[in-house]
Amino acid sequence: MSRKLTTQVAEMTLAAWDLVCQECLHRPEIQLESLKEDVRNFLKASGWERKLQNAVYRELHVQPLPSHPAAPPEHAKEPLAYMRKAQVNWEKRILKSLNSMCTELGVPLARKRPAVEQKELTNKWNEMGTDEPDLSRFRPVYAPKDFLEVLISLRNPNHDSSEEASAKSHWGLIQVPLHDRDIPQMREAYSELSLTTGQLGIDDHTHVPPDLFESEHTRIGKKVVNEQDSAAAQQYSRQGCPTGLRADLWALILNSTNEPEDVMHYEQLKAGVIHHDLLVDNLIYKDVKLTASNDDYYFVFEDFLYQVLLCFSRDTAVLEHFSYNSATPPKSYIQGKVGVEEFAVVYPPNGVIPFHGFSMYVAPLCFLYNEPSKLYSVFREMYVRYFFRLHSVSSSTSGIVSLCLQFERLLQTHLPQLFYHLREIGAQPLRIAFKWMVRAFSGYLSTDQLLLLWDRILGYDSLEIVAVLAAAVFAFRAENLMEVTSLTSAEAVLADLSTLKVMPLIQIFLFATVI
Amino acid sequence: HLSRYAKRSTRVGLSVNTVPCTVKPTVTLQIGDAETDSSRPGVYVIDVTLPIGQTVNIQEISFKNYYTAYVSVRLLRRDGEGAAKWTTCLRNHCLMPSPHTEEGSQDYCSVYRQQMLIEPDNVTSVRLILRQPSSAWLNFSVEDIKIHPCLNEDSEWDIPDWLSDLTQVDQLCDLQGLPDPQTVSSSIQQMWALTEVMQTNQTTASIGRFDVDGCYDINLLSFT
Repeated sequence: MSRKLTTQVAEMTLAAWDLVCQECLHRPEIQLESLKEDVRNFLKASGWERKLQNAVYRELHVQPLPSHPAAPPEHAKEPLAYMRKAQVNWEKRILKSLNSMCTELGVPLARKRPAVEQKELTNKWNEMGTDEPDLSRFRPVYAPKDFLEVLISLRNPNHDSSEEASAKSHWGLIQVPLHDRDIPQMREAYSELSLTTGQLGIDDHTHVPPDLFESEHTRIGKKVVNEQDSAAAQQYSRQGCPTGLRADLWALILNSTNEPEDVMHYEQLKAGVIHHDLLVDNLIYKDVKLTASNDDYYFVFEDFLYQVLLCFSRDTAVLEHFSYNSATPPKSYIQGKVGVEEFAVVYPPNGVIPFHGFSMYVAPLCFLYNEPSKLYSVFREMYVRYFFRLHSVSSSTSGIVSLCLQFERLLQTHLPQLFYHLREIGAQPLRIAFKWMVRAFSGYLSTDQLLLLWDRILGYDSLEIVAVLAAAVFAFRAENLMEVTSLTSAEAVLADLSTLKVMPLIQIFLFATVI
Repeated sequence: HLSRYAKRSTRVGLSVNTVPCTVKPTVTLQIGDAETDSSRPGVYVIDVTLPIGQTVNIQEISFKNYYTAYVSVRLLRRDGEGAAKWTTCLRNHCLMPSPHTEEGSQDYCSVYRQQMLIEPDNVTSVRLILRQPSSAWLNFSVEDIKIHPCLNEDSEWDIPDWLSDLTQVDQLCDLQGLPDPQTVSSSIQQMWALTEVMQTNQTTASIGRFDVDGCYDINLLSFT
């Protein structure tokens, strides 16, 4: 068991044991002979067994498999040496960029706020959006297209990439030989999405009588929420979550609680924002202003976004996820004591430097949760399970490199004419689809459709469906794309995805494609 | 001696002991002339020998993979009369589920005694036969080959496995249908000791401070 899980289990055992001693052991019905059974029944009835199960379930999902004893920690982050190296080089570029921004602007990376400023911020906490600071000097540290160039240049030094045409020659931009799945394998893996299984996003359409699927599915959903069962919620989510139950179901799947200690943790983070001013705060402001505030669906949540993202930057609990993330948090030294370990700190405190579009990971969640500490808790869990994989170089099957490769391979296998045509006109499909996948389609689909997609990400505990959807979108617009003669016109055909219905697209692509 | 039933020994999976041995240079197996043939070999053989006169009872062979798809292991064992004989103990063990793609290509691996077809005792030499059928890779090999001998019985680590204790103890002791008070009390004692540990640990739990004594003034990031 991981250390964190062991601690959690022990803490819960302590709490449960306390409860048992108080409530249970003095009761006449508890006999010595049946002590074990009686205590077990008591734990079940009081809900502790379920809580423990959910905690174990969460850890099993998040922690990677136990590694070989000889494997160093870096191997757990990323097993392939050349990917680790590429990630390190990419991080160096980001750090240099951030440092030069600091030096140019004469702004420190972090400073303590004077008391007056602290008071001002506390008063303005719920309406930070009304502030119009001068952000013109700040620029995003990087944009997705910069990251795409890094992925395109990834090479395995041990891979034979001689130019001979062969059955396995790859037409796309990603040139690393990661494993990908074909449609027959996906049909098995995503069997709940098949043509004969009911889906929210298809079978809840206004023309479909609710007795056929929707009513029963909602009834089961309510039961799952009542039982507070994480595993059941995850399985359930594969067929979509009803709007009224989605918030509870997602929180259950992510084992995200809003207990007093979570609220207190959030308040602590807020205090961290009040006391210290970080350069990344300006990057966050700028990002929100440029993306979410300009979006018809999300501009109303601007204040929430600041409240979540500024706190996120201060949350050292996020540092735990770096044990299985190929990335490493940036480091610095306070008071100029470079090299002195007692003065070493992580920057920002959560080790994550936001990039252009980062706030779009949070925006859709604002539709589900209106209490900042709850919204924060769910977002953080989504980030350390899924979103971090979209902007780091790794060989993980849910990582952005695998998603890009999966997308290109699906297209090449099932729409070869289209792929070839786009290549010929200088419109490599990945150059258009990358920005969708990096954001898991947030900001590109309409919100209700996006939430249906994210239901499946949670349900299957994988981002692979994002690559499938990207390929399905190209398949859907194939006819128009065959007519275009330039990258710009190809982009125009795919500029507006707001009318797309994701589940029919995915279902048709996976289950109706002729193979 | 009843209290011993309350403890179950759990073997730790890691053997830190290794025996000194020599890894001979890799031998290529290919058809045709190695000098003039342009295609790359798909089979390599690596011999690992113990110092002369020494034998080992193998617990585990560990190594780091580098793009090898399958490994077979043969052992040279000394029998009762001192004669040496080669036997296969592992046949085509898969290290890369898909030889054309990266999965498993750089993993740390171990082959354990329990997986072997024969008893790996009195071994003087180990032969690793590496196969990589895919032409996608320029090179393949295994690195850091280590042979771990069996540990003696005395030095096994005892880890009390109190989580499953209550079940085991119930089966072993049957004093007129009641559980043995001594075993129950020792289990409860262990649980209580754990809660004591947790209580003392709670104060050191991460409070989430990111500053050093209230200071978090940073000017530049550092990178090595």
